[in-house]
Amino acid sequence: MSVQRRTIADSFSKAKSENRALLIGYLPAGYPTVEGSIELIHAMLDNGVDLIEVGLPYSDPLMDGPVIQEAVSAALTGGATTETVLDVVQAVSDHGGLPVVMSYWNPIERYGVERFAQTLSERGGAGVITPDLTIEEAQPWLEAAHKNSIDPIFLVAPSSSEIRISQVSDQTRGFIYAASTMGVTGARDNVSSMAPELVARVRTRTDLPIAVGLGVSTGAQAADIAAYADGVIVGSAFIKAANQGGTAAVAELAAQLAQGVRSAVR
Amino acid sequence: MTTTESTDSVREGSLPGHFGPYGGRFVPEALTAALDELDAAFRAAILDPVFTAELARLERDYTGRPSPLTRANRFEEYCNGARVYLKREDLNHTGSHKINNVLGQALLTQRMGKTRVIAETGAGQHGVATATAAALLGLDCTVYMGEEDTRRQALNVARMKLLGAEVVSVTAGSRTLKDAINEAMRDWVSTVDQTHYMLGTVTGPAPFPELVRFFHSVIGREAREQILAVEGRLPDAVAACVGGGSNAMGLFSGFIDDPEVQLRGYEAGGDGVDTGRHAARFAAGTPGVLHGARTYVMQDEWGQTVASHSISAGLDYPGVGPEHAWLHDIGRAVYEPVNDAEAMTAFSLLSRTEGIIPAIETAHGLAGVMRLGAELGPDSVIMVNLSGRGDKDVATAARWFGIDLGDVVSAELAEGR
Repeated sequence: MSVQRRTIADSFSKAKSENRALLIGYLPAGYPTVEGSIELIHAMLDNGVDLIEVGLPYSDPLMDGPVIQEAVSAALTGGATTETVLDVVQAVSDHGGLPVVMSYWNPIERYGVERFAQTLSERGGAGVITPDLTIEEAQPWLEAAHKNSIDPIFLVAPSSSEIRISQVSDQTRGFIYAASTMGVTGARDNVSSMAPELVARVRTRTDLPIAVGLGVSTGAQAADIAAYADGVIVGSAFIKAANQGGTAAVAELAAQLAQGVRSAVR
Repeated sequence: MTTTESTDSVREGSLPGHFGPYGGRFVPEALTAALDELDAAFRAAILDPVFTAELARLERDYTGRPSPLTRANRFEEYCNGARVYLKREDLNHTGSHKINNVLGQALLTQRMGKTRVIAETGAGQHGVATATAAALLGLDCTVYMGEEDTRRQALNVARMKLLGAEVVSVTAGSRTLKDAINEAMRDWVSTVDQTHYMLGTVTGPAPFPELVRFFHSVIGREAREQILAVEGRLPDAVAACVGGGSNAMGLFSGFIDDPEVQLRGYEAGGDGVDTGRHAARFAAGTPGVLHGARTYVMQDEWGQTVASHSISAGLDYPGVGPEHAWLHDIGRAVYEPVNDAEAMTAFSLLSRTEGIIPAIETAHGLAGVMRLGAELGPDSVIMVNLSGRGDKDVATAARWFGIDLGDVVSAELAEGR
């Protein structure tokens, strides 16, 4: 295989060489429509978002707060399927972006674990975040992901023990997703004080890049996190911006956050 | 997972927390520590004589155990003359089997030093039981209930509030039990330091299916002793309705190691399995992952959960306990759908022949017994879990049978189905 694939690791290396954190933006595929989600993602990419997390809309998103719940519900009502997600992944890739998929486990299992990894790889996907797949249940997925050069990305939480952090890190490729708080997705006024401590604990256990998500919505918050983490993940805030001001608002938020990850004192 | 050993023998060969390929843990990582803590607390508690003595005391003095075994002489005429026994969980405090599980989990909550419990509820029976146990042990209590269900089970909402619980009406998704579980999980992930999630049935991530089964296994233990005392032999079949499947697992667990006893579960066939409006996970579902476990799920070709339908709110759920999924696959238990109409016929028959108004959930099991009588013959011995009483279902049943409830009551209840 001589085809040069862009990887998540390359993106983090590039950001590191620029002495900044990577900016990761989430949007569910098919929200508000398929074309609409692609347009919003293009705006994110054009305004400084480094990595796009394409959400696979699922009927029972138990790790998501109300903003994402409503968006994925609308996407499903609009007819979004796993194929929609793969189309959006392709669109991100075609636009020069590096897409990862965020999906609860059941739709991937239903699509076919091997088939999903292979198709995602063919469409330009670089990784998959699986928020409800514990490492104990992940063996078939890990095999399929590795075989198809897809990075399996797992989460750690403030409640994770040291041993658990090691176990999860060992199975993770690309980056570790550090949940900033004990809770669900959604913008918060204050990103939890638990995040710096968690990132410090993860650092002692792995050399993987660490990205912090849950609750981040402003450039100032992004700057705070960029001071100690390798990546900043923003989700609900982009949906809120899209709801309130469409593409222009998403572009503005992306620019503000991109400024944030570059202004951190590191 | 820290799960080290099973509380019974049937899962030999399964990995910890699994039933063959089913069960396991599919949850946000933030909950792993809490599930490990629960698992450890559970295993320590059931070996601790202080804990088991306190649970036994509450079962006797508070719940009113043992629950009687009642021969259903007149109902038997509609069961091809089979000898039919009713395991009377309807006579427990709060009116259903649900109290067995919540007392055990409430004691575990105290043992873990937590001060708040949350629960999901569909028909409201588990919510009422949880609110009851919380009141008894001085725990804060929040119950999540789909908005749709709060309307059709308004009386149970009032009961929970009278018992001091906060009831949160869930407006997300299909606004039923499945969405109430999502919302309870979201609460739990945010409050897990102080809060225990009192999952109400044998579903969810490990160790819940095993833990809830354990606290209901008292049903099967008593039933086995009682039937041996009165019949001098084991029954030919034991039957129960299956929503999540806790009452069925409680009864089945007493007979699972007796291969001569058939285990029969009855799921909600709704308007009929061929109409698509049902909750028949085994008849029309496929293996998948829902609410933390691999099991049979009603899902579409993309793995999206499909809405279930049943006249019985307690059976109106698109997943089922993973141990049932396994018992189904290995052929140890047999599951069949029972339609709304068939269940309501059994509901009426038991009411009129025995003077016992069953819960509509339970009526699905009774309809199954009528089939079983035809299958097994006049000399067979069949036991059914009379899992709950029908007081909560009076409005639904009155509408079904065209009984006029009067203007005031009708207006209040018209909001329901």
